[in-house]
Amino acid sequence: MNETPGKSIKPLRQGATAAWPICIGYFPIGLALGVLAQKAGLPWWAVAMMSMLVFAGSAQFICVAMLAAGASTPAIIFTTFVVNLRHTLMSSALALYLTGVRRRFLALFAYGITDESFAVNMTRFRGGSWDRWSALITNHLANAVWILATLTGALLGQFVPPAAFGIDYALIGMFICLLVFQLQGRIYILTGLLAAAISVGWYLLIPGDSYIVGASVSAASLGYLLQRRKRRTG
Amino acid sequence: MNFNDYLLLFCGMGAVTYLPRALPLLYLAHKKMPQWLVDWLGLIPVAILSALLAPLLFCDNATRTLQFGKPEFLVAIPTLAFALKTKSLGGTVLVGMVLYWLAGYVL
Repeated sequence: MNETPGKSIKPLRQGATAAWPICIGYFPIGLALGVLAQKAGLPWWAVAMMSMLVFAGSAQFICVAMLAAGASTPAIIFTTFVVNLRHTLMSSALALYLTGVRRRFLALFAYGITDESFAVNMTRFRGGSWDRWSALITNHLANAVWILATLTGALLGQFVPPAAFGIDYALIGMFICLLVFQLQGRIYILTGLLAAAISVGWYLLIPGDSYIVGASVSAASLGYLLQRRKRRTG
Repeated sequence: MNFNDYLLLFCGMGAVTYLPRALPLLYLAHKKMPQWLVDWLGLIPVAILSALLAPLLFCDNATRTLQFGKPEFLVAIPTLAFALKTKSLGGTVLVGMVLYWLAGYVL
Protein backbone atom coordinates (compact mmCIF):
# COMPACT_ATOMS: atom_id res chain seq x y z
CA MET A 1 0.00 0.00 0.00
CA ASN A 2 1.43 3.38 -0.83
CA GLU A 3 1.36 6.09 1.79
CA THR A 4 0.46 9.07 -0.38
CA PRO A 5 -2.99 9.66 -1.82
CA GLY A 6 -1.36 9.65 -5.23
CA LYS A 7 -1.91 12.02 -8.07
CA SER A 8 -3.81 9.51 -10.14
CA ILE A 9 -7.58 9.46 -10.21
CA LYS A 10 -7.64 5.67 -10.04
CA PRO A 11 -8.86 5.46 -6.43
CA LEU A 12 -11.57 7.97 -7.28
CA ARG A 13 -12.78 5.95 -10.25
CA GLN A 14 -12.55 2.64 -8.41
CA GLY A 15 -14.31 4.08 -5.40
CA ALA A 16 -17.12 5.47 -7.53
CA THR A 17 -17.53 2.15 -9.37
CA ALA A 18 -17.84 0.33 -6.06
CA ALA A 19 -20.16 2.92 -4.54
CA TRP A 20 -22.87 3.15 -7.19
CA PRO A 21 -24.95 0.14 -6.09
CA ILE A 22 -24.90 1.57 -2.56
CA CYS A 23 -25.94 4.98 -3.84
CA ILE A 24 -28.85 3.57 -5.86
CA GLY A 25 -30.00 1.75 -2.77
CA TYR A 26 -29.55 4.71 -0.45
CA PHE A 27 -31.41 7.23 -2.54
CA PRO A 28 -35.00 6.00 -2.06
CA ILE A 29 -34.36 5.17 1.59
CA GLY A 30 -32.88 8.60 2.23
CA LEU A 31 -35.79 10.19 0.39
CA ALA A 32 -38.24 8.26 2.56
CA LEU A 33 -36.40 9.31 5.71
CA GLY A 34 -36.52 12.95 4.63
CA VAL A 35 -40.26 12.77 3.99
CA LEU A 36 -40.95 11.10 7.35
CA ALA A 37 -38.77 13.61 9.18
CA GLN A 38 -40.59 16.49 7.54
CA LYS A 39 -43.96 14.94 8.51
CA ALA A 40 -42.67 14.53 12.08
CA GLY A 41 -42.00 18.28 12.17
CA LEU A 42 -38.24 18.44 11.68
CA PRO A 43 -37.07 21.46 9.72
CA TRP A 44 -35.01 20.73 6.58
CA TRP A 45 -31.79 22.01 8.13
CA ALA A 46 -32.19 19.60 11.05
CA VAL A 47 -32.50 16.70 8.61
CA ALA A 48 -29.30 17.77 6.86
CA MET A 49 -27.54 18.22 10.19
CA MET A 50 -28.62 14.77 11.34
CA SER A 51 -27.37 13.06 8.17
CA MET A 52 -24.03 14.86 8.44
CA LEU A 53 -23.44 14.16 12.13
CA VAL A 54 -24.95 10.68 12.38
CA PHE A 55 -24.93 8.81 9.01
CA ALA A 56 -26.69 5.70 10.26
CA GLY A 57 -29.89 4.91 8.37
CA SER A 58 -31.76 2.68 10.79
CA ALA A 59 -30.85 4.80 13.82
CA GLN A 60 -32.07 7.91 11.99
CA PHE A 61 -35.44 6.31 11.21
CA ILE A 62 -35.78 5.33 14.85
CA CYS A 63 -34.80 8.84 15.94
CA VAL A 64 -37.53 10.38 13.77
CA ALA A 65 -40.11 7.94 15.11
CA MET A 66 -39.03 8.63 18.71
CA LEU A 67 -39.10 12.41 18.17
CA ALA A 68 -42.61 12.11 16.75
CA ALA A 69 -43.58 10.14 19.86
CA GLY A 70 -42.08 12.79 22.12
CA ALA A 71 -39.13 10.77 23.46
CA SER A 72 -36.38 12.47 25.46
CA THR A 73 -32.91 13.27 24.09
CA PRO A 74 -31.07 10.77 26.38
CA ALA A 75 -33.50 8.00 25.39
CA ILE A 76 -32.88 8.63 21.68
CA ILE A 77 -29.10 8.74 22.15
CA PHE A 78 -29.11 5.51 24.12
CA THR A 79 -31.24 3.74 21.50
CA THR A 80 -28.87 4.95 18.77
CA PHE A 81 -25.95 3.51 20.70
CA VAL A 82 -27.59 0.08 21.00
CA VAL A 83 -28.69 0.00 17.35
CA ASN A 84 -25.21 0.91 16.09
CA LEU A 85 -23.21 -1.40 18.34
CA ARG A 86 -23.05 -3.95 15.51
CA HIS A 87 -20.53 -1.69 13.78
CA THR A 88 -17.88 -2.61 16.39
CA LEU A 89 -17.82 -6.03 14.71
CA MET A 90 -17.47 -4.56 11.24
CA SER A 91 -14.80 -2.12 12.37
CA SER A 92 -12.84 -5.03 13.90
CA ALA A 93 -13.07 -7.09 10.74
CA LEU A 94 -11.91 -4.17 8.58
CA ALA A 95 -8.80 -3.88 10.78
CA LEU A 96 -7.56 -7.08 9.09
CA TYR A 97 -6.90 -5.05 5.94
CA LEU A 98 -5.83 -1.76 7.49
CA THR A 99 -2.99 -2.84 9.77
CA GLY A 100 -0.40 -0.16 10.46
CA VAL A 101 -2.30 2.56 8.64
CA ARG A 102 -2.02 6.05 10.15
CA ARG A 103 -4.59 6.80 12.81
CA ARG A 104 -5.70 9.99 11.10
CA PHE A 105 -6.76 8.00 8.05
CA LEU A 106 -8.53 5.43 10.22
CA ALA A 107 -10.40 8.15 12.10
CA LEU A 108 -11.68 9.57 8.82
CA PHE A 109 -12.45 6.15 7.38
CA ALA A 110 -14.37 4.94 10.45
CA TYR A 111 -16.97 7.67 10.05
CA GLY A 112 -18.30 6.01 6.89
CA ILE A 113 -18.53 2.41 8.11
CA THR A 114 -22.09 1.29 7.45
CA ASP A 115 -23.57 -2.17 6.76
CA GLU A 116 -23.37 -1.51 3.04
CA SER A 117 -19.94 0.11 2.77
CA PHE A 118 -18.55 -2.57 5.07
CA ALA A 119 -19.84 -5.36 2.85
CA VAL A 120 -18.56 -3.74 -0.34
CA ASN A 121 -15.14 -2.86 1.06
CA MET A 122 -14.56 -6.25 2.71
CA THR A 123 -15.35 -8.01 -0.54
CA ARG A 124 -13.02 -5.78 -2.54
CA PHE A 125 -10.20 -5.96 0.03
CA ARG A 126 -10.47 -9.71 -0.02
CA GLY A 127 -10.31 -9.78 -3.80
CA GLY A 128 -6.90 -8.11 -3.43
CA SER A 129 -7.08 -5.34 -6.00
CA TRP A 130 -8.38 -2.73 -3.57
CA ASP A 131 -6.61 0.05 -1.79
CA ARG A 132 -7.67 2.06 1.22
CA TRP A 133 -8.08 5.31 -0.70
CA SER A 134 -10.70 3.71 -2.94
CA ALA A 135 -12.36 2.37 0.20
CA LEU A 136 -12.38 5.85 1.74
CA ILE A 137 -13.94 7.28 -1.41
CA THR A 138 -16.61 4.59 -1.42
CA ASN A 139 -17.52 5.48 2.17
CA HIS A 140 -17.71 9.19 1.59
CA LEU A 141 -19.53 9.04 -1.75
CA ALA A 142 -22.18 6.91 -0.10
CA ASN A 143 -22.42 9.48 2.69
CA ALA A 144 -22.70 12.38 0.24
CA VAL A 145 -25.56 10.66 -1.60
CA TRP A 146 -27.22 9.90 1.72
CA ILE A 147 -27.11 13.55 2.84
CA LEU A 148 -28.40 14.68 -0.55
CA ALA A 149 -31.22 12.12 -0.56
CA THR A 150 -32.46 12.89 2.96
CA LEU A 151 -32.33 16.61 2.26
CA THR A 152 -34.24 16.16 -1.01
CA GLY A 153 -36.83 14.12 0.84
CA ALA A 154 -37.24 16.81 3.49
CA LEU A 155 -37.57 19.59 0.92
CA LEU A 156 -39.82 18.12 -1.73
CA GLY A 157 -40.69 14.68 -0.47
CA GLN A 158 -44.41 15.11 -0.69
CA PHE A 159 -44.20 15.57 -4.48
CA VAL A 160 -42.14 12.43 -5.12
CA PRO A 161 -44.17 9.35 -6.10
CA PRO A 162 -43.64 6.20 -4.02
CA ALA A 163 -40.72 3.96 -5.01
CA ALA A 164 -40.91 2.66 -8.57
CA PHE A 165 -38.81 0.41 -10.79
CA GLY A 166 -38.11 -2.01 -7.95
CA ILE A 167 -35.70 0.43 -6.35
CA ASP A 168 -36.69 -0.95 -2.94
CA TYR A 169 -34.85 -4.11 -3.89
CA ALA A 170 -31.49 -2.47 -4.64
CA LEU A 171 -29.92 -3.11 -1.25
CA ILE A 172 -31.27 -6.67 -0.99
CA GLY A 173 -29.87 -7.43 -4.46
CA MET A 174 -26.53 -5.98 -3.40
CA PHE A 175 -26.43 -8.03 -0.20
CA ILE A 176 -27.23 -11.21 -2.16
CA CYS A 177 -24.35 -10.66 -4.57
CA LEU A 178 -21.90 -9.69 -1.81
CA LEU A 179 -22.90 -12.83 0.05
CA VAL A 180 -22.05 -14.86 -3.05
CA PHE A 181 -18.60 -13.22 -3.16
CA GLN A 182 -18.02 -14.33 0.44
CA LEU A 183 -18.78 -18.00 -0.22
CA GLN A 184 -15.20 -19.14 -0.74
CA GLY A 185 -15.43 -22.65 0.68
CA ARG A 186 -17.57 -25.07 2.60
CA ILE A 187 -16.98 -23.44 5.99
CA TYR A 188 -18.23 -20.09 4.66
CA ILE A 189 -21.41 -21.66 3.25
CA LEU A 190 -22.00 -23.46 6.53
CA THR A 191 -21.43 -20.27 8.57
CA GLY A 192 -23.80 -18.37 6.28
CA LEU A 193 -26.54 -20.99 6.69
CA LEU A 194 -26.08 -21.03 10.45
CA ALA A 195 -26.25 -17.24 10.58
CA ALA A 196 -29.45 -17.21 8.50
CA ALA A 197 -31.16 -19.78 10.72
CA ILE A 198 -30.07 -18.19 14.00
CA SER A 199 -30.94 -14.74 12.72
CA VAL A 200 -34.51 -15.72 11.77
CA GLY A 201 -35.04 -17.48 15.10
CA TRP A 202 -33.61 -14.55 17.07
CA TYR A 203 -35.63 -12.04 15.03
CA LEU A 204 -38.87 -13.91 15.77
CA LEU A 205 -38.22 -14.38 19.47
CA ILE A 206 -36.42 -11.25 20.65
CA PRO A 207 -37.68 -7.72 19.92
CA GLY A 208 -35.25 -5.05 18.76
CA ASP A 209 -32.20 -5.24 16.56
CA SER A 210 -29.96 -7.54 18.60
CA TYR A 211 -30.53 -10.36 16.09
CA ILE A 212 -27.86 -8.99 13.73
CA VAL A 213 -25.04 -9.03 16.26
CA GLY A 214 -26.35 -12.08 18.08
CA ALA A 215 -26.63 -14.22 14.98
CA SER A 216 -23.37 -13.14 13.38
CA VAL A 217 -21.30 -13.65 16.54
CA SER A 218 -22.90 -17.06 17.24
CA ALA A 219 -22.56 -18.27 13.66
CA ALA A 220 -18.96 -17.06 13.23
CA SER A 221 -18.02 -18.70 16.54
CA LEU A 222 -19.67 -22.01 15.62
CA GLY A 223 -18.05 -21.84 12.19
CA TYR A 224 -14.68 -21.16 13.77
CA LEU A 225 -15.02 -24.11 16.17
CA LEU A 226 -16.02 -26.44 13.32
CA GLN A 227 -13.09 -25.24 11.24
CA ARG A 228 -10.65 -25.80 14.10
CA ARG A 229 -12.01 -29.26 14.85
CA LYS A 230 -11.74 -30.25 11.23
CA ARG A 231 -8.14 -28.99 11.09
CA ARG A 232 -7.23 -31.02 14.17
CA THR A 233 -8.85 -34.26 13.07
CA GLY A 234 -8.33 -33.91 9.34
CA MET B 1 -37.11 22.04 19.47
CA ASN B 2 -34.75 24.87 18.54
CA PHE B 3 -31.37 24.79 16.78
CA ASN B 4 -29.40 24.07 19.97
CA ASP B 5 -31.70 21.21 21.00
CA TYR B 6 -31.22 19.54 17.63
CA LEU B 7 -27.47 20.16 17.71
CA LEU B 8 -27.17 18.56 21.15
CA LEU B 9 -29.28 15.55 20.13
CA PHE B 10 -27.42 14.91 16.88
CA CYS B 11 -23.98 15.43 18.43
CA GLY B 12 -24.88 12.85 21.07
CA MET B 13 -26.18 10.43 18.46
CA GLY B 14 -23.13 11.12 16.30
CA ALA B 15 -20.75 10.33 19.15
CA VAL B 16 -22.36 7.00 20.03
CA THR B 17 -22.46 6.12 16.31
CA TYR B 18 -18.87 7.11 15.61
CA LEU B 19 -17.09 5.59 18.61
CA PRO B 20 -18.14 1.94 17.99
CA ARG B 21 -17.00 2.37 14.38
CA ALA B 22 -13.66 3.99 15.21
CA LEU B 23 -12.32 2.47 18.44
CA PRO B 24 -11.95 -1.19 17.33
CA LEU B 25 -10.26 -0.10 14.10
CA LEU B 26 -7.90 2.35 15.81
CA TYR B 27 -6.97 -0.27 18.39
CA LEU B 28 -6.76 -3.45 16.31
CA ALA B 29 -5.00 -1.95 13.26
CA HIS B 30 -1.92 -1.33 15.40
CA LYS B 31 -1.90 -4.65 17.22
CA LYS B 32 -0.61 -8.01 16.17
CA MET B 33 -3.83 -10.01 16.20
CA PRO B 34 -3.73 -13.63 17.37
CA GLN B 35 -4.48 -16.19 14.65
CA TRP B 36 -7.77 -17.30 16.22
CA LEU B 37 -9.06 -13.72 16.05
CA VAL B 38 -8.02 -13.40 12.40
CA ASP B 39 -9.81 -16.67 11.57
CA TRP B 40 -12.90 -15.67 13.52
CA LEU B 41 -13.07 -12.18 11.97
CA GLY B 42 -12.70 -13.79 8.54
CA LEU B 43 -16.06 -15.50 9.07
CA ILE B 44 -17.78 -12.32 10.29
CA PRO B 45 -18.68 -10.84 6.86
CA VAL B 46 -20.53 -13.91 5.61
CA ALA B 47 -22.28 -14.20 8.97
CA ILE B 48 -23.34 -10.54 9.04
CA LEU B 49 -24.62 -10.58 5.47
CA SER B 50 -26.70 -13.71 6.11
CA ALA B 51 -27.97 -12.33 9.41
CA LEU B 52 -29.07 -9.10 7.73
CA LEU B 53 -30.68 -10.83 4.74
CA ALA B 54 -32.49 -13.83 6.21
CA PRO B 55 -35.20 -11.95 8.17
CA LEU B 56 -35.83 -9.72 5.13
CA LEU B 57 -36.50 -12.79 3.01
CA PHE B 58 -38.31 -15.09 5.43
CA CYS B 59 -40.14 -12.88 7.93
CA ASP B 60 -42.94 -10.36 7.86
CA ASN B 61 -41.36 -7.25 9.31
CA ALA B 62 -44.59 -5.69 10.58
CA THR B 63 -45.78 -8.65 12.63
CA ARG B 64 -42.35 -10.30 13.07
CA THR B 65 -43.64 -13.73 12.11
CA LEU B 66 -42.42 -16.34 9.65
CA GLN B 67 -43.71 -15.80 6.16
CA PHE B 68 -42.85 -18.14 3.33
CA GLY B 69 -43.13 -17.13 -0.29
CA LYS B 70 -42.62 -13.39 0.21
CA PRO B 71 -41.96 -11.56 -3.09
CA GLU B 72 -38.56 -10.60 -1.64
CA PHE B 73 -37.74 -14.29 -1.26
CA LEU B 74 -39.16 -15.41 -4.63
CA VAL B 75 -37.17 -12.71 -6.42
CA ALA B 76 -34.07 -13.64 -4.41
CA ILE B 77 -33.91 -17.11 -6.04
CA PRO B 78 -33.27 -15.97 -9.64
CA THR B 79 -31.22 -13.04 -8.32
CA LEU B 80 -29.01 -15.47 -6.41
CA ALA B 81 -28.66 -17.68 -9.48
CA PHE B 82 -27.64 -14.66 -11.55
CA ALA B 83 -25.08 -13.60 -8.93
CA LEU B 84 -23.60 -17.11 -8.74
CA LYS B 85 -23.32 -17.31 -12.51
CA THR B 86 -22.06 -13.83 -13.39
CA LYS B 87 -20.41 -12.57 -10.15
CA SER B 88 -21.46 -9.12 -11.29
CA LEU B 89 -22.55 -6.76 -8.53
CA GLY B 90 -24.08 -4.09 -10.75
CA GLY B 91 -25.84 -6.71 -12.90
CA THR B 92 -27.25 -8.47 -9.86
CA VAL B 93 -28.62 -5.25 -8.40
CA LEU B 94 -30.32 -4.38 -11.71
CA VAL B 95 -31.73 -7.90 -12.23
CA GLY B 96 -33.07 -7.92 -8.67
CA MET B 97 -34.70 -4.53 -9.10
CA VAL B 98 -36.33 -5.37 -12.45
CA LEU B 99 -37.64 -8.72 -11.18
CA TYR B 100 -38.98 -7.14 -8.01
CA TRP B 101 -40.67 -4.45 -10.04
CA LEU B 102 -42.26 -7.07 -12.33
CA ALA B 103 -43.22 -9.17 -9.30
CA GLY B 104 -45.25 -6.20 -8.09
CA TYR B 105 -47.51 -6.65 -11.12
CA VAL B 106 -47.60 -10.45 -11.25
CA LEU B 107 -47.88 -11.45 -7.60
